[in-house]
Amino acid sequence: MTKVKTLADLKKMRDQMQQGLSIREKADDPDSRVRVKVAMATCGIASGAKQIMEFFAEQLDRRNIDGIVVQTGCMGYCYAEPTVEVTIPGQDPVVFGYVDEKKADEIIEKYIKTGELVDGIIPVNYETIDSKE
Amino acid sequence: MKEIALNILDIVENSVSAGSRNIWITIRESERENEIVVSVGDDGPGIPADILQNVADPFITSRTTRKVGLGLPLLKYHAEAAGGYVEVESHTGKGTFVKAVFVKNHLDRQPLGDITGTLKVICRIDNVDFFFSYTTDKGDFNLSSAEVRTYLGVQSLNNQALLRGIGDMVRNNLEEISAEGADLSRNDG
Repeated sequence: MTKVKTLADLKKMRDQMQQGLSIREKADDPDSRVRVKVAMATCGIASGAKQIMEFFAEQLDRRNIDGIVVQTGCMGYCYAEPTVEVTIPGQDPVVFGYVDEKKADEIIEKYIKTGELVDGIIPVNYETIDSKE
Repeated sequence: MKEIALNILDIVENSVSAGSRNIWITIRESERENEIVVSVGDDGPGIPADILQNVADPFITSRTTRKVGLGLPLLKYHAEAAGGYVEVESHTGKGTFVKAVFVKNHLDRQPLGDITGTLKVICRIDNVDFFFSYTTDKGDFNLSSAEVRTYLGVQSLNNQALLRGIGDMVRNNLEEISAEGADLSRNDG
């Protein structure tokens, strides 16, 4: 493929992939997609949340999983950054802490693909300063 | 924070969570003037005067999930460690402007780092338009998320194939004006 340098190149690239993209865009109902939320506040960023976000986005795409990767602010689990909240359609969100690429891979292969829980879940009853006050 | 790119991302995230609609990110890298000037401006609600006074105090924060706020203090620390400074200007209801100056050849200056990756993360945020500009002695590169959306006719840029293309576009352009900005040492495809 030619080097993408201008908006016109980008458009050309997109048109070439239109086939693949349009299938994705049809499944636009956000509730039917796996949602991965990466905490992206100072604590997360300093612990490597940017790489983890890119890893999830890239790997979900490569493994053909219909998912969307978004970011959120600090969830109050600064000690366990990078933290990631995964929501499988129709289920309650689950938050994982200390996520590195190895853990992220495990989350995709086990939790997202088969629903099997993996180590590193932060229980919902964990209290932040906010919930104590 | 290991890189200036991460500091930028952090400051931008603050603007986003404050509810800004437009965010301006500029990087000016000059060999001639031996400095790197980074600025992030937004049209958010602004920082209240009492907090603005103590904005570099890590124990002052507007958030409630935790009692420390390290974003601006870290930026200030890194800028000052590199012989520079940070300026914060804010007007309630109008917006906030953060500027950080680094001495380019200072031994303790952080590397610019993965600017491309930072932009890719920011592109994922819908509902916010951002304007990016990178200037060096050799030239400049500008990118506007609204322009990209309009040009491609899409609502959201949060699509991995598209972001890969945007990342390539940014890196290929930065490569021409700044070896450090394009972060050629990185090879993450």
